[in-house]
Amino acid sequence: MSNSIRKWVFVLLVPVLILVVLSSVPSPGHGVALQSANIDMSDKVSLQRGAQKYINYCIGCHSLEFSRYNRVAKDIGLNEANGLSEDQVATLLKENFIFTYDEDGKQDKVGALMKSAYAPKAAAEAFGTSIPDLSVVARARGADWIYSYLKGFYLDDSRPMGVNNTIFKDVGMPHVLWELQGWQVKEEAHGHAAPATLKVLKPGKLSAHEYDQVVRDLTNFLAYVGEPAQLSRTMYGIFTLLFLVLFFVVALALEKEYWKDIH
Amino acid sequence: MAMNTNTEATGLLGWVDERFPIVDTWKAHMSEYYAPKNFNAWYYFGVLAMLVLVIQIVSGIFLTMHYKPDAALAYASVEYIMRDVPGGWFIRYMHSTGASAFFIVVYFHMFRGLMYGSYKGKRELVWLIGMALYLALMAEAFMGYLLPWGNMSYWGAQVIINLFNTIPFVGGEISEWIRGDFVISDPTLNRLFAFHVAAVPLILVALVFVHIVALHRVGSNNPDGIEIKALKNEKGVPLDGVPFHPYYTVHDIPAIVVFLMVFFAIIFFAPEMGGYFIEHANFEPANPLKTPEHIAPVWYFTPFYTVLRAVTLSPFAGTAAMFGAIILLFLLPWLDRNPIKSWRYRNTAHMLNLAIFAVVFIILGYLGVKAVTPEYKEMGIRMTEIYFLFFAVIFAHSNAAKPGRYLVWFILLAAIIFGIDFIRANPDAAVDYAQIKLQWVWPIGYLALTLLLPFVLRGCNAEKAVPERVTS
Repeated sequence: MSNSIRKWVFVLLVPVLILVVLSSVPSPGHGVALQSANIDMSDKVSLQRGAQKYINYCIGCHSLEFSRYNRVAKDIGLNEANGLSEDQVATLLKENFIFTYDEDGKQDKVGALMKSAYAPKAAAEAFGTSIPDLSVVARARGADWIYSYLKGFYLDDSRPMGVNNTIFKDVGMPHVLWELQGWQVKEEAHGHAAPATLKVLKPGKLSAHEYDQVVRDLTNFLAYVGEPAQLSRTMYGIFTLLFLVLFFVVALALEKEYWKDIH
Repeated sequence: MAMNTNTEATGLLGWVDERFPIVDTWKAHMSEYYAPKNFNAWYYFGVLAMLVLVIQIVSGIFLTMHYKPDAALAYASVEYIMRDVPGGWFIRYMHSTGASAFFIVVYFHMFRGLMYGSYKGKRELVWLIGMALYLALMAEAFMGYLLPWGNMSYWGAQVIINLFNTIPFVGGEISEWIRGDFVISDPTLNRLFAFHVAAVPLILVALVFVHIVALHRVGSNNPDGIEIKALKNEKGVPLDGVPFHPYYTVHDIPAIVVFLMVFFAIIFFAPEMGGYFIEHANFEPANPLKTPEHIAPVWYFTPFYTVLRAVTLSPFAGTAAMFGAIILLFLLPWLDRNPIKSWRYRNTAHMLNLAIFAVVFIILGYLGVKAVTPEYKEMGIRMTEIYFLFFAVIFAHSNAAKPGRYLVWFILLAAIIFGIDFIRANPDAAVDYAQIKLQWVWPIGYLALTLLLPFVLRGCNAEKAVPERVTS
């Protein structure tokens, strides 16, 4: 065999052999199938609705202790670019977002970290487990997981809170959004292959479609909180790559110029 | 002004050169260091490794300015860097992506050495120093991984440090001494921080320096495996050599730019790389009471992790196999005794041997990030067997003039594999037993391709004449 043929045999052999060997045995399953959250972080209104719901329903127990109120406000569109002065934003935050107090008993400042008012020890005692901070839950679990989890509560008398969850079995959390969604029951499927389905037993304030949107907004907000830098980093990426492409052309021309006499 | 006596240079350069051999050093290692003119793309990975080392040192210095090596503060300080430090997320992603990039370029760099026999021809020390660098790099990466104090940091360190527990008699004391506590805790974090930011980087930089000094003493190998110093012109310049500077400095720049495109694309568009560069479970703080669902090290350790999991004879045997898998690489210059350096002129069986080794290394890595099923468990064992067989086969390939020996080697090695199967086969464990009976084909097929094939087919054992001058 000539060397060029040998080279290509080699190059193709490696991936082909890897696929042959790995496909010779069944790959393990992926656990519970998740629903697609289908979030859009450029939708600032969705982020604002998500923040509103988070403050109303979640932060009582779940802090966002690495996030700051004013940074969140700025990133979700409560900022000067949208016609709000700094004072107006501060008023907005103090009246609607900040329900925690500092050591002196004064309301937390707009630059404070988003703590929860629930003392961690008392919370742990009440629920039998410490309540997690959710700053980076979207990075630990993924957006689809959060979306599916919030839609996965169903009635279960055997649990202390009266509910269980299809995504997080025997979770300690109650169904906080019940007044919006209503109560679901789990219907075991006949036959082994089909997964169990959830059915609304007693509807809440919202239709199924409206509830999905609420959960999507919350998921969107948590996905943003997980990594605020993602709002801007792709833009840096595009300009960096454009610069490197130009630089590559110059660098290649320089190399060709130096190497033209080497044979 | 007194005349300079040590130098022909004038001005500031002359002043320095009088006192420090700057001109000679520049000539010896750059402008009059003659490198073979036929380097191909595989030869970029050395300079890329240096580039990544610099990226890691610089980004690491900035991270150290904001990071708190304290079990109570570490996790929060990393999120503080990600959110409140201006540009902090960029610095951190440079460092986390740099860690994986380091191993990618180093693995390519090492495989280049295998392909072209770069450890041969008085280059044993270059290889040994390089392997020491690889070990130091693994230690550096392992210690750095504990610092974010996420749950995978914690449990990963737990698994690795507990490996020392398996050492007979003194294991418990040794691992306790390493941790500085009975469990992974604040003192462990502090000492690993000290090693990560001071001790190991110093060793890495020193080893890189001697790696290059040793290389420049012997001269670079090339894709043809020809010693270019054998043929020189009347001025003593190798006929097939070009000065490293400017030829290879300008040659490397486009490659560096391409590397940076990939590097920055990851940083800006996919910094977690789907959970392989930054693992999802590490976004939960360290929790000694909560073991992650399955503990997987970062991808660059997973081939050896699979070796560890595959050898179940005893815990110490598993640990020994894992370290043995690395130590055997040190011995390559003495195992591969074939005088032909480059695989281009070696027989087809050797080419297959190298390709399959790459395949096995990647599959071992893949299995290491996956949960263990009976099928994957057996496959891990079989790939581990091939990993170790590789070193025997490369030794067997040392002398192609006597193909009869291939048959002897085949029978011997196949007997060892079947012997191990015989010992571990247990018909009562039906699932495992069925897998043993299925997957024996991998190591035996490997031996057939690399030893029986060149024995039976003369064409697959044919070595080619190495040309006098480099090609293309």
